[in-house]
Amino acid sequence: MPSLPDMNATDVVDMARRAAEHQAPRDHHIHNEDLKPALFEWLCRMGDSSLILGHRVSEWCGHSPVLEEDIALANIALDLIGHTQMWLGLAGEVEGKGRDADALAYRRDAADFRNFLLVEKQNGDIGSTLMRQFLFDAWHIERLRGLKGSSSERVAEIATKAFKEVSYHVDRSADLVIRLGDGTDESHRRMQKALDSHWTYANEMFTDDGLDEAVAEAGIAMRPSGLKPAWDALVDEVLAEATLTRPQNDFARRGGKTGERHTEHLGHILAEMQFLQRAYPDASW
Amino acid sequence: MATTTLPSTEQVWTWLADVPDPEIPVISVTDLGIVRDVRIEDETVIVAVTPTYSGCPATSIIELDIETALARQGVEKVRIERRLSPSWTTDWIGDEAREKLRQYGIAPPDRAGASSAGTLRASRLGGGELTVACPRCGSTETEKVSQFGSTPCKAAYRCKSCLEPFDYFKCI
Repeated sequence: MPSLPDMNATDVVDMARRAAEHQAPRDHHIHNEDLKPALFEWLCRMGDSSLILGHRVSEWCGHSPVLEEDIALANIALDLIGHTQMWLGLAGEVEGKGRDADALAYRRDAADFRNFLLVEKQNGDIGSTLMRQFLFDAWHIERLRGLKGSSSERVAEIATKAFKEVSYHVDRSADLVIRLGDGTDESHRRMQKALDSHWTYANEMFTDDGLDEAVAEAGIAMRPSGLKPAWDALVDEVLAEATLTRPQNDFARRGGKTGERHTEHLGHILAEMQFLQRAYPDASW
Repeated sequence: MATTTLPSTEQVWTWLADVPDPEIPVISVTDLGIVRDVRIEDETVIVAVTPTYSGCPATSIIELDIETALARQGVEKVRIERRLSPSWTTDWIGDEAREKLRQYGIAPPDRAGASSAGTLRASRLGGGELTVACPRCGSTETEKVSQFGSTPCKAAYRCKSCLEPFDYFKCI
């Protein structure tokens, strides 16, 4: 705000205009009381999937089969944690109870998490990790592509930023799925096994519920089922090139994004991830 | 030491031009294009900064470096604003900074590359793989080792002529 003497300045209108321009985009959705619970939870779904996958991928740091992969996985984990900060940061703002991204990440229990079951699955071998990454990345890129045009400017600006980074993620995971699928007999066998294992978990990413409906009606995000055709096209193309067989099973394991039924693995991730902040709240160094 | 007169925004920009990027000290935060705005409100100097990559750990160091540099010039009240849109692109790195990167041993980002984000795979399948010149010997006989390098903003390359590995500042 201009101070009192500034009010006499001739360019006061210009100053006011400039000040308004410099605020974060005004977004009527953020303060819509009716939409608040759904939007908060939807933002947690976005942030929690990034957070848990980022944490899973970071487990490879220092353990990958080759140095370049180690670096790539650490970089991708970092991008995902960066996205988490933006999504959960906005979630906290929408909720309006003074919780920031850290409070949401470190002080919620497993039942409050809204991530897909797919991302909490254990890493397994590098093939299993890369297959999970590809199935997620192929969803992620389509999700973000749609969100760039969200009616919520705050959501759109996060998506625009993240989309650029995720382009590199999907590029890499698709390449590696092809290389390992169409590699040796052993790598092919492992990739097919990973694909079969992840498939019904991946199907959760396209399930719609009432919350998705509310957010879709507000023009914020497309229904998850609407992302399926583009995902199918990319997945089919890559699997064909990788000489892998797409499982014929539309069953979706549910319970992750609604928080109703997480796998037993989530609690273990949280125990490790949250220990320090739970034992020493607000510790900093 | 307190100053009673506030600096002009132009003066602040000049000071910021001397704040090096913590990871690539040959270029400044203004060279990198991450300082989006400088303004003064109620005796507070406000600097709007946009992150390069969203998870880049250097972001908070950069903010601290800016605060420290301005404090050293006697500016008492500084506020850093994080701004997401328009999202940072390597196109904002100026020509002079690109040359500094090259001399430092980092191949600068390809200007045409930024627009291809999201179609990387498609463009490569179509034979449109990017040509990156070696920052040491200038040869275009180079190969990509990994799309992900020593920092989030770089890819790892190798020169087939002089055999040196090098970093390429990748486009977003």
